[in-house]
Amino acid sequence: MLAGAALVARSAWDKGGLGVATGQGARQVRDYRLADSTKDLANAELAIARGVRDGDGKAPSAEELVTRALAAMGTMSAFVSQGDVVVVKPNIGWDRMPIHAANTNPDVVGAVVKLALAAGAKKVVVADGSCNDPNRCFQRSGIWKSAYDNGAEVVLPAEHHYRTMRLQGDVLDEWPVFTTLVNADKVINVPVAKHHNLAKFTAAMKNWYGVLGGRRNRLHQNIDTSIADLATFMRPTLTIIDATRVLMRNGPQGGNIDDTRELLTVVASVDQVAADAYACTLIGQHRDNLPYLKTAHDRGIGTMYWENLRTKEV
Amino acid sequence: MEPHSSVRLDIGLDRVESGHVHHEHVEPIPWKTGRVGAVDAIDRDTSWVAPVTASAIAPSVTSPSPIGKLTKPKKQDPTRPGSGIPARFRIRTLVWVRRFSQVFFFGLFCYFVFQTGFRGSFAASSDTPVRLPYPVEAYLLSDPFVGAMTLLSTHTVYRGLLWSVGMLALTMVFGRVFCGWICPFGTLHHFFAWIWPSRVGRGGSRVEANKTHTYQRVKYYLMYGFLLSAVFGSAIGGMFDPICIAVRSIGLGVVPAAQYLTNRSVAEIDSHVSSRGVQSVADHSQDFLSSTIWQSHQFYFHQTWLILFLLVAVLFANRFIPRFWCRVLCPLGAFLGVFARFALFGMEKDHAKCTDCNLCLVNCQGADSPQGGVKWRQDECHMCLNCETACPEDVIKFRFLPNRKSAISKPDLQRRTALASAAAGALFIPVARVADSLDVNYHSKVIRPPGAVEERAFLERCIRCAECMKVCPNNALHPAFFEAGVEGMWTPILIARIGYCEHSCVLCGQVCPTGAIQKISEKEKLGIGQPPIKIGTAFYDHGRCLPWSMGTPCIVCEEFCPTSPKAIWVEEVDAPVRDKVPGPNGEPPAMKIVHLQRPHVDPSLCIGCGACEKVCPVQDQPAVYITSVGETRSKTNVILLENTSYNQKT
Repeated sequence: MLAGAALVARSAWDKGGLGVATGQGARQVRDYRLADSTKDLANAELAIARGVRDGDGKAPSAEELVTRALAAMGTMSAFVSQGDVVVVKPNIGWDRMPIHAANTNPDVVGAVVKLALAAGAKKVVVADGSCNDPNRCFQRSGIWKSAYDNGAEVVLPAEHHYRTMRLQGDVLDEWPVFTTLVNADKVINVPVAKHHNLAKFTAAMKNWYGVLGGRRNRLHQNIDTSIADLATFMRPTLTIIDATRVLMRNGPQGGNIDDTRELLTVVASVDQVAADAYACTLIGQHRDNLPYLKTAHDRGIGTMYWENLRTKEV
Repeated sequence: MEPHSSVRLDIGLDRVESGHVHHEHVEPIPWKTGRVGAVDAIDRDTSWVAPVTASAIAPSVTSPSPIGKLTKPKKQDPTRPGSGIPARFRIRTLVWVRRFSQVFFFGLFCYFVFQTGFRGSFAASSDTPVRLPYPVEAYLLSDPFVGAMTLLSTHTVYRGLLWSVGMLALTMVFGRVFCGWICPFGTLHHFFAWIWPSRVGRGGSRVEANKTHTYQRVKYYLMYGFLLSAVFGSAIGGMFDPICIAVRSIGLGVVPAAQYLTNRSVAEIDSHVSSRGVQSVADHSQDFLSSTIWQSHQFYFHQTWLILFLLVAVLFANRFIPRFWCRVLCPLGAFLGVFARFALFGMEKDHAKCTDCNLCLVNCQGADSPQGGVKWRQDECHMCLNCETACPEDVIKFRFLPNRKSAISKPDLQRRTALASAAAGALFIPVARVADSLDVNYHSKVIRPPGAVEERAFLERCIRCAECMKVCPNNALHPAFFEAGVEGMWTPILIARIGYCEHSCVLCGQVCPTGAIQKISEKEKLGIGQPPIKIGTAFYDHGRCLPWSMGTPCIVCEEFCPTSPKAIWVEEVDAPVRDKVPGPNGEPPAMKIVHLQRPHVDPSLCIGCGACEKVCPVQDQPAVYITSVGETRSKTNVILLENTSYNQKT
């Protein structure tokens, strides 16, 4: 009895003091890459699908561009296996319509969902942690409808979907993470390429801001290292950058159609750093001006010299 | 029992005999002759047929005639006291219809409150305008007290408020059926008045509590006070309107508190139980709740504790005075009570039959004197029909065009007190306004929702129903405490630190029942082909701003600024910053140059949405904040010369 009482007292005893243990435990990394993605040398590691409007002014559909890019990499079934739970992570950050090019084009998202399901995925989940009111962002971006129509499950961010994880990056230590985005067999990053006033250009790596909860506004004090930390934490199976319509200035939110330009391009890659390094050239940027690419390259997350990969332009 | 005067009048010759019958032959009593439902009210002028009744009794006492068999007293329901004659089937049915109606309207009300928030849809395309699918403000639109207040203050009836005329018409036919059959707040009190006093307020004390008391006049005095306040330019009576209270306390108090409790409990379970199944069930139930009852994130409301406290207090008052709110305070009930005098449907009493069993009083909701021997108070009655159902002696009859001899239709008021309370209501407004919160020293943080009309017109219309606060997707709108003066309590203000005004959202105007916030379109708000609607202007506090005073890059404010072109623009500078560590040999830290973008506001482009203030990473007191100056609705609360026009009405 006494021993039991002592045991209870010991376990409930608060010895006081301010020392709060943080950041204990191993770094948590979410790596969804294929172990053998480079096995088949016929398949490109970076594919660029470009379209042009034909004589009648008809543009190639987003689905056609995505299919073409993936065909150069060995089609979607090279990345998605039967019975996989696939998470598609578009950029649904802002309460803007598709014409403003602040979010991923809904047709690109729809095409990726469709291809993943056709490749045998058990379930495709589309989710993102928005900046503006999520209900409004998901509806007005057109992604909710497009993903749903193509058979995906759409998950809006809600407080109970977040759990704290140990990123243990240089600036990001412990952060709440949108668990829907990391509970998957395969993760496909489907960002939109756009101008960003602070980071100059953003697409694939910056898109991982959407997995974080909490007060993300502090990340901007060291935005380049934050982006690199996030790309270290999240390693997607595949990156498909939407550059069908691109915000050339006033990013990341835009809002003016005059700030956008139609490029009809989709960039797909297994290397998120190379994808960003290539895509930045679309708005006239260069990899040397983007410090987060250099940091990620130095950490070995990918290569900023995209020319060194097997590249196909289709 | 005191025989009724009209009976005495008609007896004449049979006077002695009738008295004899009454004393020695207790049964059969006239009203148990089987002619249930056909007995004339004794105070009706036609009651001179009494001798017929007396002759009908005579055979029944003397010989077993067929009539005697017919009138043989038969206790129909042994569980009922008194004669055991059940109330008319029609009335018993109606009581159940009433209960059903109360549950239905309360449920519908709650559903509308839960639906007061945009949840989006997978079926909507990107260019579908964002609107609510249901008329969630319907209860407020059919509230005649709101209609009357805004009619007196603005001399107009705003759009859907015309429905309130329909409610008034219903009252003029059936009396205060709104209170007993429809009002969700009344149903809440009906329920609590039933369960709270079940132990202490039984029997005699319940009967005493349900008799008509003079304190029931208070609601009329309040109503006249509020109506006079409205005449003098303030719809402050909305603070006491039951529908407003119900929306405000359930929407801003009960629902967020329930969400908080649920989320905390589930998080507690989650942190102790690491079972995948348990977590999955928790996630799914939270998904369900956040898509039906509340939203996907926790809402907080400024000083909402008082709103909840008052709700709990007024519900608890049912323990001492059943339906305390409805009987004593409700100005809507009083307003309907004034109009109930014209009702075609009402109660008729046969006082002579009353045995003073008080069963009607035990079940009475309105404390409207249903018992025999006193006059029925039509203006207090909720038309719940409980009294007729409870009455074992067939005293009470509800019918169309009843005789009004045993009814008082007009509110029983003391003229002086009524005049004094009306005067107090009128005087309150100038007193509140000379207390420096409107014409001078207007609070910089009284930032009204987009589409709000000019402040004086706003106070004429705002009934503090909290619909706008509930619907705001970003939790930006809050009930003011004393920021807008005592007169502006619980009117909506935007607290950007909690949430900003979503750029393309116009939902607050959509749900506003009185036009305090106008129903603007996205085009008007964003300023497509016209100037945008501004609700304030942003200002920088350079001493707290990271790029301005700490040599640290940031500009989250610029990133979130929704206007195009952005109202926040950045100045590219190379600024000196001191190193963090001291130099060698104790030298002062070295200086280095960093490249920074320093934000500025263009007040002619800023719409005051507060997105910058919301996202500023300086947590406690932001480095950029909005104040009300520059708001479109005011011609005096301006900064720039170009927006100043004294030719326009203030």
